[in-house]
Amino acid sequence: MSKHVVIDPITRIEGHLRIEAVIDDNNVIQEAYSSSTMFRGIEEILKGRDPRDCGLLAMRICGVCTGTHYQRSIEAVEHAFNVTIPKNARLVRNLMQGGLYIHDHIVHFYHLHALDWVDITKALEADPKKTVEEAQKWAKLSGQRPWNASEDNYAAVQERVTKYVKQGRLGIFGNAYWGSKAYKLTPEQNLIGLSHYLDALELQREVAKAQAIFGGKNPHPQSIVVGGVTCVQDIKNPVRVAEFKDIIQKALKFTKQAYLPDVYMAGTMYADEALEGVGGGLGNFMSYGDFNLDDLPFYNSAKLFPSGIVMNKDLSKVYELDQTKITEDVTHAWYEGTTNKHPYDGVTDPKYTGFREKKDGIAYLDTENKYSWIKSPLYDDERMEVGPLARMVVAVAKGDERISKYVTKFLKNGNLPTKVLFSTVGRTAARAIETELMCDVLIEWCDELAANVASGDLSTWTEFDFDKVAKDAQGFGMAEAPRGSLGHWVKIKDGKVINYQAVVPSTWNAAPKDYKGRLGAYEASLVGTKVVNPDEPLEIIRTVHSFDPCIACAVHIVDTKGKELAVYKVDPVGGCRA
Amino acid sequence: MVDSQEMVKKVFTTNSARINTNKGDAYYNSLFEKAKSRLAALRKQPALKDIDLMEVVESEGVNRRDFMKWASATTATLMLPPMFTPLVAQATELMNRVPVVWIELQDCAGNSEAILRSATPTVDDLLFDVLSLEYHHTLQAASGHQAEHQLEDAIHTFKGKYLLFVEGAIPKAMNGQYGTIGPGGETFEDNLKRLSKDAAAVVAVGTCATFGGIPAAAPNPTGAVGVMDIVKGKPIINIPACPANPANMVGVVLHYVLTGQIPELDSLLRPKFAFGYRIHDNCERRAHFDAGEYVEEWGDDGAKNNWCLYKMGCKGPMTFNNCSIIRYNEGANWPIGVGRGCIGCSEPDFWDKYAYERPMADANIKAPTGGVEKTVDEFGLGLLTATSIGIGVHAVASAVAGKRTVHSEDEE
Repeated sequence: MSKHVVIDPITRIEGHLRIEAVIDDNNVIQEAYSSSTMFRGIEEILKGRDPRDCGLLAMRICGVCTGTHYQRSIEAVEHAFNVTIPKNARLVRNLMQGGLYIHDHIVHFYHLHALDWVDITKALEADPKKTVEEAQKWAKLSGQRPWNASEDNYAAVQERVTKYVKQGRLGIFGNAYWGSKAYKLTPEQNLIGLSHYLDALELQREVAKAQAIFGGKNPHPQSIVVGGVTCVQDIKNPVRVAEFKDIIQKALKFTKQAYLPDVYMAGTMYADEALEGVGGGLGNFMSYGDFNLDDLPFYNSAKLFPSGIVMNKDLSKVYELDQTKITEDVTHAWYEGTTNKHPYDGVTDPKYTGFREKKDGIAYLDTENKYSWIKSPLYDDERMEVGPLARMVVAVAKGDERISKYVTKFLKNGNLPTKVLFSTVGRTAARAIETELMCDVLIEWCDELAANVASGDLSTWTEFDFDKVAKDAQGFGMAEAPRGSLGHWVKIKDGKVINYQAVVPSTWNAAPKDYKGRLGAYEASLVGTKVVNPDEPLEIIRTVHSFDPCIACAVHIVDTKGKELAVYKVDPVGGCRA
Repeated sequence: MVDSQEMVKKVFTTNSARINTNKGDAYYNSLFEKAKSRLAALRKQPALKDIDLMEVVESEGVNRRDFMKWASATTATLMLPPMFTPLVAQATELMNRVPVVWIELQDCAGNSEAILRSATPTVDDLLFDVLSLEYHHTLQAASGHQAEHQLEDAIHTFKGKYLLFVEGAIPKAMNGQYGTIGPGGETFEDNLKRLSKDAAAVVAVGTCATFGGIPAAAPNPTGAVGVMDIVKGKPIINIPACPANPANMVGVVLHYVLTGQIPELDSLLRPKFAFGYRIHDNCERRAHFDAGEYVEEWGDDGAKNNWCLYKMGCKGPMTFNNCSIIRYNEGANWPIGVGRGCIGCSEPDFWDKYAYERPMADANIKAPTGGVEKTVDEFGLGLLTATSIGIGVHAVASAVAGKRTVHSEDEE
């Protein structure tokens, strides 16, 4: 008899996500459903506001990809106003955004994802001396020394955690799937992972600090404005730029000596799954493109990550991205109707229909009908996966030399065929490959910024006449967040926002089925996966985590008809500004 | 780091500090005795984690002297006289006797991300040694049923003893169904009520949990409210800001460990040690405000020379928070440092009142020599009730004379 598994909450993510799976007698997942269970209505809140203030507010869609939402929102308004930012502003925004990628990927791999690969209880059985040898083995693959090659270090980590475990309460490490047969690393490998978990806690703090140098704080930086950036004194101070660069250099060292070797280690130990394509999913990949390399308006600028579409894992063909082909469908989302409209014109009314039934204290999604607050975006009527893997796939298919070099190097060093990329392991590996690339380019951009300032260019902002440009305008800001394609669309009239829409990575990936019954990216990646033990669905968590879910971002509404929502009457607090 | 701690100490102990922190010898002597017996009692309790904090601290290359410097700065931050320094050091070692359960509701995880940036103590110490973090959505290993059991176990084991940290607002509309959690699909509101029932105190962290924050911004589509609108009959501590400063989160726990009671709060339930001052009081650009030197346009000469940001919409004069002293990310910077001005994120309804890049047309800031005469309580209440704030003139007058248009609130 098949088993219907409910996993809620999915933890180690941002936001509220529920996964339900139907698993057959052979423990193979037959059906999977992805549902977001939290709604805030931020786009509705944005309506009626001054477009210049949107960035600060839209940034709060997410506290993780915070700077990405901020920048996209500002760019959407700049696009609407036809404003192009000065070089210093572009470089600083790239530095902040690049810092975010590095931070996000490191936190994701070590603190949100690693415990799906690493069994910390097993690390306690490791031999510290053998652990050094093991660490050397994986670092050597890319010609590196390990991040930490001292026996004392591994012994100290082990002692610290042993002490912790012996206290009897595991705190945030309590009650996980420890000991599950789905964990495949040796005790020594687990100890390496655990040791780097701690080192990465320290490192991510540093990288966040780097972003704060130009952003004022992290999360939720504050230095980007329509027309440019405000951090003039930090740009003109060479010490600040050098400080930023130092931190990125340290992150590069960590990436080469710990992060990439750890991915080789996990990739090799889980190679069977990778080769079988476990967790592969849709096979359709999309990138909006990211990081402007010249000072043209952003939608015309050359990009570090090219935009494009790859269908059915076919790297021989790549389609140009056309933003007008993006639509959103709500057949299985808690909104009225089945609209399939472009973000500029989307009309959506919340229509919460709740769970299908509750049995023995467990609620079940109404999967035949509506079952998530996330809508189902489509590109040219096709489902898409977005994220670091999609960026790599699109870049390689487009023949981008720089990115192809990083991907090829990774596969060659790890002695891995290209097809391993189309899997849970591949999604995780793409993130590590990208981190090395980002560190390298950020170091170059630091030098570029310093040189530009030294040449006497201190310009950080482009002037515009608000009253004129904000009369009747619309624009979009489209680029990539660490976890995938993120776009904001805004319509402005008489100096106020009249419509606002974000279509973001987790909307693409975590979406429910569409009007044709086609699966979302999470759902597709889960179907067909075999789990060792349905009561400990580690494999499900691992695959879902490989997307780096960021669910608060994904949930939004475009418009409500007046104040009347489906199941209740809104009681506006503080009145409406529109 | 130690230097910035010295600065914190200096600011909080200086005579010109406007909040009255000196409650007299009798008060402090009695609190000191109370703290001493509290710590002795905690020490006798079975340890959740038995650690040698100095060993941990020294393993990071910080010596006893630096640690005591940190303790002395922290004592000042908590607005306690220097005699408490050794007790604060002891309390830090005993912090893990107080279990913490951290839940997330209508949030963006910004405050969770902020605690990951904690520098004093560092986040790995917080996770492994200093705190007893029993449940944390963004960091914990377990998911689904296993996570639920972990939570159940924590609240039963530590009934009446744990601090419940809440991140995110609570949607009230549509019977709370804009947010559900757990296998049973419990609403956020029910979840919060259930978990706060046996908490020693509830700490609302970030502006969403305190005052509703972004989900509650007009027109508040989900009927979002803060913790204090839901939880009744429990001590509640509000640590607003977007995100809240991790130093203040640690400060609240430390204060509770030290004294067994929640810190002194203002009328908005914010700890006075953190929210007793306006941003403006200790702003690095204050001298330019006093001199009437303002940035008039992004990137202008004023901006290049770090002039006052009031005319670019800085709400520092209306905002109570210690970020001008503590700053963010190990003191790396803060919003005014990057030339953007304060958006008032630790104040109620700041999205509708403050978060825009124009000055408040009717908030006539008092001329510098007049100083700031109101206490935090009066000012906080004034903000909630008064239609205009009504202080001094010259800033706004010159803003109107400037080339940028000043929109008044009425016009919007």
